Order: sequence, then C-alpha cells, then structure tokens
Amino acid sequence: MTLKRLLSERRAAILEKWRDRVFACYPPETASFLKREADRFSNPVAHRLTEGLKGIYATLLGEAPAAEVTAQLDEVLRIWAVQDFTPSQALAFVFFLKPIIREELAGELKADAGLTAELLDLESRLDGVALLGFDVYMRRREKLSDLKVSEMKARISGLLRRVGVDPSTL
Amino acid sequence: MSLPKPEELARVNYQPPARGWMEVKPDFRPGTYCNAASPKWLEWIDYPYPRQWSVAEEDWQLPENWKEIVLEGMEDRLARFRSLKLFFDICVRCGACADKCHFFLGTGDPKNMPVLRAELLRSVYKRYFTRIGKALGELVGARDLDEKVIKEWFFYLYQCTICRRCSLFCPYGIDMAEMTLLGREMLASIGINIDWAMASVAQCYDKGSHIGATPQAFKDMIDFLAEENERITGIKTPVSYNRKGAEILFVTPSGDYFADPGTFTLMGYLLLFTYLDLDWTFSTYAAEGGNFGWFVSHEMGKRLNAKIYHEAERLKVKWILGGECGHMWRVCNQYMPTWFGQVPSFLEVPVSPVTGTVFENARVHKMVHISEFTADLLRHNKLKLDPQRNAHIKLTFHDSCNTSRGMGIFEEPRYIIQHVLPEGHFFEMPPNTIREKTFCCGSSSGINANENMELRMQGGFPRANAVRYVHERYGVNHLGCICALDRATLPTLLQYWVPEVEVTGITELVGNALVFEGEIERTTDLRDRDLVGVGEQEGGEEEE
Ligand code: SF4
Ligand code: SF4
Repeated sequence: MTLKRLLSERRAAILEKWRDRVFACYPPETASFLKREADRFSNPVAHRLTEGLKGIYATLLGEAPAAEVTAQLDEVLRIWAVQDFTPSQALAFVFFLKPIIREELAGELKADAGLTAELLDLESRLDGVALLGFDVYMRRREKLSDLKVSEMKARISGLLRRVGVDPSTL
Repeated sequence: MSLPKPEELARVNYQPPARGWMEVKPDFRPGTYCNAASPKWLEWIDYPYPRQWSVAEEDWQLPENWKEIVLEGMEDRLARFRSLKLFFDICVRCGACADKCHFFLGTGDPKNMPVLRAELLRSVYKRYFTRIGKALGELVGARDLDEKVIKEWFFYLYQCTICRRCSLFCPYGIDMAEMTLLGREMLASIGINIDWAMASVAQCYDKGSHIGATPQAFKDMIDFLAEENERITGIKTPVSYNRKGAEILFVTPSGDYFADPGTFTLMGYLLLFTYLDLDWTFSTYAAEGGNFGWFVSHEMGKRLNAKIYHEAERLKVKWILGGECGHMWRVCNQYMPTWFGQVPSFLEVPVSPVTGTVFENARVHKMVHISEFTADLLRHNKLKLDPQRNAHIKLTFHDSCNTSRGMGIFEEPRYIIQHVLPEGHFFEMPPNTIREKTFCCGSSSGINANENMELRMQGGFPRANAVRYVHERYGVNHLGCICALDRATLPTLLQYWVPEVEVTGITELVGNALVFEGEIERTTDLRDRDLVGVGEQEGGEEEE
C-alpha cells in the first residue's frame, strides 16, 4: 500500500491530532474552547484553522493542485499574523505533522521499508510548505502596514477629492 | 542552550488563568494597544495629570497619590452607580459570557473573556470594599491595587468595545460595557488616556468636530458633496446652515462629510431631503454627532453632547433628525436628556412632515434616526424608487452594536433595503452573528487608532468571518451598515479578511434609487460606478 493511500485512510485521526496540537499553542482555556465549540461562526478561529489544515493535508496527498497551498497556508497564517505569533511560532505548525504521521503509521513503517522512502519525500515537501509559509506570513504583515497607510488616507479621502486629488492614486 | 524543536517554539507564552490569572501580565506588543494621550489634548480640555508618557515604558509616571485617587474614585462610583456595585456582587462565575466576546474569540487571550475582564476591577473592589476581601485577600480573589493592576486595566479595558454582546448571554444581564466605561473614567482620573480618543475629544471640544474641522471647512465640504450630487444626478441639493426657524435640525457624525464611503451616505441624505422638500438645517456648531467623549467618561460625553440641544434651542427648530450613526444614537437616545437635566421643553415631539407619523419613541429626547424616518416614508409609499440602480450591489447587513443591541433598530434598515435593492440582492449573515447577537466591528469605543491595527483585526475577525461566508456562498459584494464608525473601520477590516466586499451606508443606496421628477438619465451610482446595463447597447456586451 502506498503512503498516500495510508494517509488518506487515516486522514481523520491524523488531522485531529494535528489540529489538537495546533490548538495547544493557545492557553488551556482557549484550547479547550477551540475544541469544544462546533459552530463555525461562534468559533471562527477554530473553523478557519481547521479548514487550512485540511486543505494543506489534501494538497500534500496530491488531491488539490499544488498552487493552492499558498491560499491554504494563508487561511492559517492570516490569523497568526495578527495574533501573538512570531514568524517561527507561526510556521512551527507545519512541522508538527511529521511526528504525528510517524506515530500514527508506526506499525506500517516498521513492516514496509518502502514506505520510509516515501515518507522522507513527503517530509521534505513539508519543509517546502513551511518555506512557502514564510512568504505568506510576510505578505500578511506587509498587508497590515499597507492598511495603516491606506486608512490614514481614507480618513480624509472626501477632503482629498474636494481638493481634486484622487485618494486611490496617492 | 539547545536549539529548539518546532513544538518548543510554538508555545505561546500564556498561563492558565484558572489558576494564576492574576500573575499573567499583559505583553504590550506593538499593534495591540493605543498610544498614550499627548499632554496637549488633556490641557485643551482641562483634564488631570497631562504628561508625556509611553505605554511601552516601565514607568507610567503616575501622580504620587494615584492609588488614593483611584480608590476614592471607586468609592464615589460605587455610591453613584448602584449598577456597579450590583455587577460586582452578583456575578456567579457561571461562564455563560466567557466565549461571547469578539476579543476573546479573535485574540484567544483568556483575559478577554468578559468574566475575567470584570474580575480585573472586581478583585480591587473586593480587596478594599468588602469585609471578606479585606480579611482573606487572594484566597477570595481580592488583590492589592498596584501599578501592575493599573497596566492591566489599561490593556484590557481598551480591548473592550463596550458592545454589550456578553451581557446578552449573562443570566443577570451584567453589563460589561458599563464597567469598562467606569474603569476608563478611573484611569482618566490619574491621567491615563489614549491619544486617538483624546485627540478627537479635544478637537471636538475646541473646534466642533472630531477631525478638528472649522465651521468653514465643514460648510465647504458639504457644499462640495452637494455639487457632486448635481454632477452625478443633475439634481441640485441645496443645503442650509444655521438657519433659524427651520423645522428640523439635522446632526450627523463627521465621518459622513470627511471620509469615504461616509460621504456617499451624506450625498444620499441631501438627495432625500431635497426630494421631500424638507425644511431642515445643519448647524456648524453642532457639527459632530459622534461623541468620543462618551468613550472616555460620562462627564466628557456630557460636555461634548451639550451643543446639540443648545443649537436646537438657539435655532428654534421643532425636532432633531440624526444621521446614520451607532454610538451617537446610543448617546442621544439613552443619555442626552439625563445629561441635559430635563426634557427639552423647547422641542416638540417629532412628527414627520411628510407622513404625519408621530414618533412616540422619541417623545423624551426628541430625536429621530434617519432609518426610522426613511422606513416610515416607505411604509406610506412616499418615495419613488428604481431598485435597478442598485443592481450591481449584493448586500448583507451588519447590525451595529449600538443601534441594534443597544437600541433595538433591527427592522427599519432591513425594510429600507428591501425597497431599494432589486429582489434577491439581499442576504443575511447567519443568525448567531446578526441582530441582538451581532458581532462588533472590533474598532469601536475610540480604539480605532492606526497603531492598534493588529488588535482591531483580531477583534473584528468574527464579524469578517461571517461576511466572508455570505460572500463565498451568495456572491455578496457590499456590507451595509447604519453607523459612521463602521463605515470608517469596516473597510480596513474587510480589506484584510474579505477584500472583495465594500462597505456602504443605507441612505447611499436610497440616494442611488430615488427617482426625481424630470431627472436626467443616471449612468452611474453616487460613487461614479457604472450602473448595470449602462453602455451595453453601444458596446453590445451582455449582462452577466
Ligand atoms: S462589552 Fe463587548 S467587548 Fe466588552 S467584554 Fe462584553 S462582549 Fe467583549
Ligand atoms: S454570564 Fe454573568 S454571571 Fe455568568 S460569569 Fe458572566 S458576568 Fe458572571
């Protein structure tokens, strides 16, 4: 059986562990809330983080085009770029997946040496995902600075138009 | 030191508040707090202890007897506001409010659970004003008032937008907004204020509007918007200023005449008033409907608010009409007559000159919200509308905390929307995010400072998350609201989370749709955007 097939079969269990590990980055009260509340609107952070993880996982398995991984990373990182996460803290979550997969598939990996080679390849792809993540995180931080500037202009945009300046061209 | 593993890196530095919440101190990370108020502003309004200080620095240069001032202030407020004492005493820590605050949901910081926010104040109350707290201290959740506590108050009381969502879920109706306001007052009493709010307050007190516009600039700007109306619609929308004997005084927040997209809403007001041939006037003195003073203290709120009735009396109008604003509305509706000290006898109970409707709900304060006024016009079939002129808009509606949860204005804006949009162009966000349960914009109550951007993006995330849902599901491209602060802050929020969605006031949509007698053909909306169907004959394009 190929690694991808196994990962697809164990998707629910692996994703749940990955998600729980991600939630554990928050204080305990928050982590337990993130896990408990199922409504996506009453618990938006959990919902969007979970969606992001699901998407990245599917892309790793080749179920979604690789180009989508940036958008999936953004799902997670746009939240952490405004929360208390430094870049290294924000990107660590990608690496959480490695030990989780190894643990979950421990038996199979022992039994089938061919799987290990596949796993090494997948792990190296994960490293690539993390590197892309740095770009995504940085773009979000840049977006925040842009917003500060554009909001300053927006505050007097009517006035600018009054004097014949188009605020969007500034 | 060994090199860290990802797991070690990712541990965000919080501790479980269930055990040691008193020990976890706020981390003043740039982006999550507002700058300290410049002494200049405090001097302008004669506020105590103006000084140059910085939030990030260790020493906040508190006045020598700061502790005395705060404790006396608390004692005084406990006597004056029975609600405060009640709220301190009756909370049973049931936790129903804990996960209802957008700041908790967005930041993940447990101290943003309303129950803990209240505890910041309550712990001091217990220590100094209850027998058990005096005797048992921390055992019963009481603690000494020290500078660290003051810093925590500052951090978390300015991470509350006094939106009252939590109190909706509290079995006792404990109102965190009230506590936050009183806590901020106590901070102000020792010279701790935020610059963004204080600058607006001082400018408003000195010049008449938050943005510091002179009466000339105010008039100039509104005249310009009237010209814009004429350019786009071919209709002259005359404005009168300080006109004695007008029937109605119209008051709106400065956001509506200085900043887009509020300006388009203002153009909508002018079109509507012209259409109705209303007898109305602006006042260049009561040129600011908003009231950042209320975000600072009751006393300052009162000071800034006073000009509205004074102008109404001076101009001898019969009643007051208010523009689309949230906190202005809460202030005018819930506080104004009390602050004024009496029912304003020089005003009459508002009656719509067009429909004859008596606004009984405004019997005391004599002020009507434009949404109530417009909805009544529609109910009586007084407006000819062409909803197709809004066919490029797919709308959802954000209930602003103050107008909705605060004042119960739920149906009026929706009723207007139904009339001005083509059928099938309006989509509600999920029920647990609208009406009473609406999620705050995350930037209200004076914290919409630029330097506070990260916090605002976190606080507004639950709102944006619901907007994104209707955008993805129904193709919604506009978020409507009847609040000027929303129009100022939601565009930024959405640019971060859902950049495909723009923000609009509701009267702007009315302005687009209003059909005037003998008008020229409209080809664009009030924002100069092509109307659906325009130019297609020549270009031969097909409608999507
Ligand atoms: S009033 Fe609003 S912002 Fe303040 S604690 Fe309650 S829910 Fe949070
Ligand atoms: S819901 Fe009310 S009683 Fe319960 S913890 Fe919150 S404030 Fe206290």
